[in-house]
Amino acid sequence: MAETHDRPPEQFTIRLRRYDPGSGEAAYWDEHTVELEPHRSVLEAILQARDRFDGSIGIRCSCRQAICGSCGVRVNGEPSLACHTHLDAAKQGADGGVIEIEPMGNMPVIKDLIVDMDAVHWKKIQRVTPWLLAKQPVPEREYLVSRESMVDVTQTMACIQCGACVSDCLAMEVDPGFIGPAALAKAYRFVGDPRDDQHFARLNDLAQDPQGIFDCTHCFKCVEACPKDVNPMGQIMRLRRVATADFHIVDRNNGERHEAAFAGLVKDNGLLWEAELLPRSYGGNSWFGKFHPAAAKEMLSSLPAILRALVRGKVTPMGALKPHKIPSADLKAVQGIYEKVDGREDRYELNLYVVGEDEEGPQAEGAPAAATAGATATTEHDGQAPAAPESPEGSADT
Amino acid sequence: MPAHDVLIIGAGLAGQRAALAAAEKGASVAIMSKVHPVRSHSVAAAGGINAAISVDDDWHSHAYDTVKGSDFLGDQDAIEVMCSEAPAEVLHLEHIGVTFHRNDKGEMDLRAFGGASMKRTAYVADITGQALLHVLYEQLMKHHETVERFEEWFTTSLLLDDAGRCCGVIARDVRSGRMEAFTAKNVILACGGAGQAYKPTTNGLIVTGDGIAMAYRAGAPLMDMEMVQYHPTCLVETGILITEGARGEGAHLLNSAGERFMEKSAPNKMELASRDVVSRAEQIEIDEGRGVGPDGAGIYLDVTVVPRKRTLEALREIVNLGRDFAGVDITREPIMIRPGQHYIMGGVKTDINGRTPIEGLYAAGEVACVSVHGGNRLGANSLLDTLIFGRRSGEHAAERAMSMPAPTVDPKPRLREDVAMIEAIIARPHEGRRVSEIKGELGETMNRHAAVFRDEAGLQAALETVARLREEADRAWIDDRGTVFNQDVLGALELGFLLDCAETTLVAALERKESRGAQYRTDYPERNDEEWLKHIDVTLSDDGPEVSYSPVTITQWQPEERKY
Repeated sequence: MAETHDRPPEQFTIRLRRYDPGSGEAAYWDEHTVELEPHRSVLEAILQARDRFDGSIGIRCSCRQAICGSCGVRVNGEPSLACHTHLDAAKQGADGGVIEIEPMGNMPVIKDLIVDMDAVHWKKIQRVTPWLLAKQPVPEREYLVSRESMVDVTQTMACIQCGACVSDCLAMEVDPGFIGPAALAKAYRFVGDPRDDQHFARLNDLAQDPQGIFDCTHCFKCVEACPKDVNPMGQIMRLRRVATADFHIVDRNNGERHEAAFAGLVKDNGLLWEAELLPRSYGGNSWFGKFHPAAAKEMLSSLPAILRALVRGKVTPMGALKPHKIPSADLKAVQGIYEKVDGREDRYELNLYVVGEDEEGPQAEGAPAAATAGATATTEHDGQAPAAPESPEGSADT
Repeated sequence: MPAHDVLIIGAGLAGQRAALAAAEKGASVAIMSKVHPVRSHSVAAAGGINAAISVDDDWHSHAYDTVKGSDFLGDQDAIEVMCSEAPAEVLHLEHIGVTFHRNDKGEMDLRAFGGASMKRTAYVADITGQALLHVLYEQLMKHHETVERFEEWFTTSLLLDDAGRCCGVIARDVRSGRMEAFTAKNVILACGGAGQAYKPTTNGLIVTGDGIAMAYRAGAPLMDMEMVQYHPTCLVETGILITEGARGEGAHLLNSAGERFMEKSAPNKMELASRDVVSRAEQIEIDEGRGVGPDGAGIYLDVTVVPRKRTLEALREIVNLGRDFAGVDITREPIMIRPGQHYIMGGVKTDINGRTPIEGLYAAGEVACVSVHGGNRLGANSLLDTLIFGRRSGEHAAERAMSMPAPTVDPKPRLREDVAMIEAIIARPHEGRRVSEIKGELGETMNRHAAVFRDEAGLQAALETVARLREEADRAWIDDRGTVFNQDVLGALELGFLLDCAETTLVAALERKESRGAQYRTDYPERNDEEWLKHIDVTLSDDGPEVSYSPVTITQWQPEERKY
C-alpha cells in the first residue's frame, strides 16, 4: 500500500455553496468540519457532513467510484467528481485550507450542489443524433470491424456524462448555444464507429452548424476537467480532421479554410502571419482572397481593434503587411515537421485505450499509469476498418 | 393522471431493455427511475456478459456451468432460457452499437471468467456495464416518442386494486416534491438489489431494495433471499469492486506467505473458481492469520503477472481505481483486496416471463429471482440476466396489455396515504436517532452476521438488532423540510425498504440449515440435498415474514458434488 493510505484521520473544513429554492433566499455558504483519512474523497466529506450535521445538503451521488457520473461539482473552482477528488489534494488547492465546493457551472442550479443537466447537458447530447445509424444490411452475426476501431471509440464510450467538461467550457460560457465538449465527444463515438452509416451526414451537420465543431476555442479546459480521460477537445479536433481531411467538407463557417490558412502560413513562414490569416480564411490561398467580401466586412469590423493595437505600438504597419522572418535553419526545421507529418500514410491520434508502448516501455519514476498510457498512438481510420498497425515510431513520437 | 400499458420502475439494464421490448411490441410505455437512467447501478458492472457465441461453444455448456455455479439451486428451465437466448441477445446489443472488444479477425473477443468452462465473456474493456447502459440509453433517446421517461421520480408504493392486481404506482417527482398516481395495465419492477443493507458494499448508494420491499409489502413472495454474494476482490477500505476480469486475464491471489492459496480449494480452476468458493478461501486465509496488510485483513491480488499492455487496454478502469482509490499502480505491484458484499441472488419470485404471483406485476434483473443464479451467481451472468428477463418481461407485459381493459382502480386513497406518510416523516421531532445512524448500524450488523460465514447465534442476534432498528426507524428524524430534491425524506423511505430486505435475508438464512452456494453455515457445513434442495420463499403475513418452500426445477442436470 502506498504510504498516503496509512495516515490517520484528520480534520477537514468544507465550505459548501447552498441554495434552497423554497426559501426565497439567495445562495449562501455553509461550513462544516469533518474527520476523515486524507486520501478519502470530497464526496465522503460531504456525506459525513450530511449524515452527522445536516441531512438537507443536496448532492446527487451513488457509486462512489467515478463510474455513475452523478457527483459532478466544482472543488476550489475546478470541476471534478466529488468522489474522485482526494481531500488532501483538495486542501492543498484550497484558499486558507478550507475546501470550497460549489455546483457545476454553465448549468442552472436546482438546489445546493444539484444542477439542471437536462436543460443543458442532455439537450446538447440529443443534438448530435446520439444513436448508431447502423450500416445495412445488419449482418447475421456481429459486424466485422477492426480491433483498433472498437478500442478507439471506447475512449469516448468511457464518458460517464458527468458534465464536468460542460461546467468549465469557456466557449459555452460565451456562446451558450455551442454544442459543447461532451456532446461532440459523443458524436465522435459514432463518427469513429465503422458500423455507423452516416459519417458524412453527421460531420457535415456538425461542421456547417455555426455552433458545431468549429466553435471550440482549443482552451483545453474540458481535457483537464474530464475525470475519465475522454479528452473531449481531442475528439472535437478529430471530428475536424476527419471532416476536412477525409471528407473534404468545406463549411460555411470557414472552419476548414481557417485551419488550412493557419497551417499554410506557418508552413510558409515558420511563424503565423496574423495579418494574412483573416483574408486567407475567407478567400483561400490567393492574392485575390483579400478582396473576398466577407473578409473585407470582417476586416472592417475589426478596424477599431487594429487601430488600438497600432496606437499602443503592439502592431507596426510594416509588421502587419509583411510576414515574420525567422532564421532559415529554423524555417527548414518547421517545414521538416510538415514533411514528416504529411508524408505519413496514416494519421496518428492520441488514445488512452490503444496502448502502443512496449511491454518494458520507459516509465518515469512515480508517474501515474495514465500518463504513460497516454503516451501512445493509434492510426486514424476512415470507417472501413483498415488494418491499423501500432507503429513503434508513432509511440516514440508522442 | 398518466396511464400506460406498461410502466417500468427502474431504468438500469433490465428496465431499459424491458421498455424497448415493450415499445417494439406496440405498447404504450413509461419508464420511471429515481435517478437519471445512466446513473443506474448497472453502470458499475465491469467484466462482461456471458454468451455461447463462439463457434466452439454450446449454450448447454454455459447452462451447465451456471447450474453448477448455482450449487444446483438454480431453476434449470430458466437457466436454459437464459443461456440459449444469450447469443442472439448479445448480437442484438452489438448491432445497436455496443463497442465490444474485437479479436484480430474483427469478431467479438471473449475473455475467461470465474466458473466458466471456456472463454465466453464478451466485454468492452472493463466498462462493459457502462457501455451497455449508455447504448441502451441511446436507444431510449432514439425511441423517445414511444417510451415516455420519468427521470428522477421516486416510486413510493405499488397500487393494487380490490382483487389484488397491480395496476400502477404512487411516485414522487424528486425535483418538485409533487406526488402523483400512475396507472398501468402492467408494472415491471426493474429497480435492482439491496446492497446498501450491507456496509461496506460494492453497490451504489441508490441500491436500496425499493422494488423488493414494495413487492413484498404488496404480498409477493421473495425467494432465495439468504443467497448474498460476496465478491472476492473488493478494496479493503472502501469496498470498491475490482473486476473479476482481472483474474480472467490471469491475475493471482496471494496470501501473506506469497502462496496461491486457491490451490487448496480449487486446484483446477484456481482463481477462476466460482465466487462463493474464492471468497470463502480468502476469508479462511484471513481468519487463520495468513492475510496481508496492517491488520492481516486483506489478500493480495497480483495483476502484475498480466502483460502490462494488456492491462492498460483491457483493465483500464481498475488501473484508475487502484491509483485513485488505493494509491496503487496495479501494473507494478499487488493490490490489497478482500471479499465484499456485491449481489443478491434472491429477490421477487418470478417465472421465466418475469411474472410474479401478483397479477399485473413483473420483475426483472437483480430485484427478481427467476431463479437463474440459485445459490451463487457466475460472474458476467448478471448483465445477461437483466437483458434476457428484462426483454421477456417487456414483451410479455406488452402482449398481455393488448388483451385487457385499462384498470379501473381509484388511486386517490393510496395517494393520500403516501402523501401523509411523507409529511409525517418530515414532521417528526428531533428525538431518537438519525436515519443515517440506523442505516450504518444495519449495514455493519449484516456484514458481521450474514456474510461469508454464518451461524445460528449470529443470525439470531442480527435479527434482533434489525427488529430494534425497525422500531428506531419508525421514529427516525430528518432535517430537510423542503419539497425540491428532499433526498433526506427519500433516505428515510429507503431505510424502510432496506430493513425489509435485511429481515427476509436473515429469516431465510436461519431457515436454511445447510451450506450451499453463498450460504455457508458453520453449524451446518455440508450441503444437504435430501432436505434442502428447495427454494425458501418468504411472504409477508400479518405476523411478519412467513416461510414456505418451492421445488427446484431440474431438467437435465442432476445434483453432483461441486469441484473446481
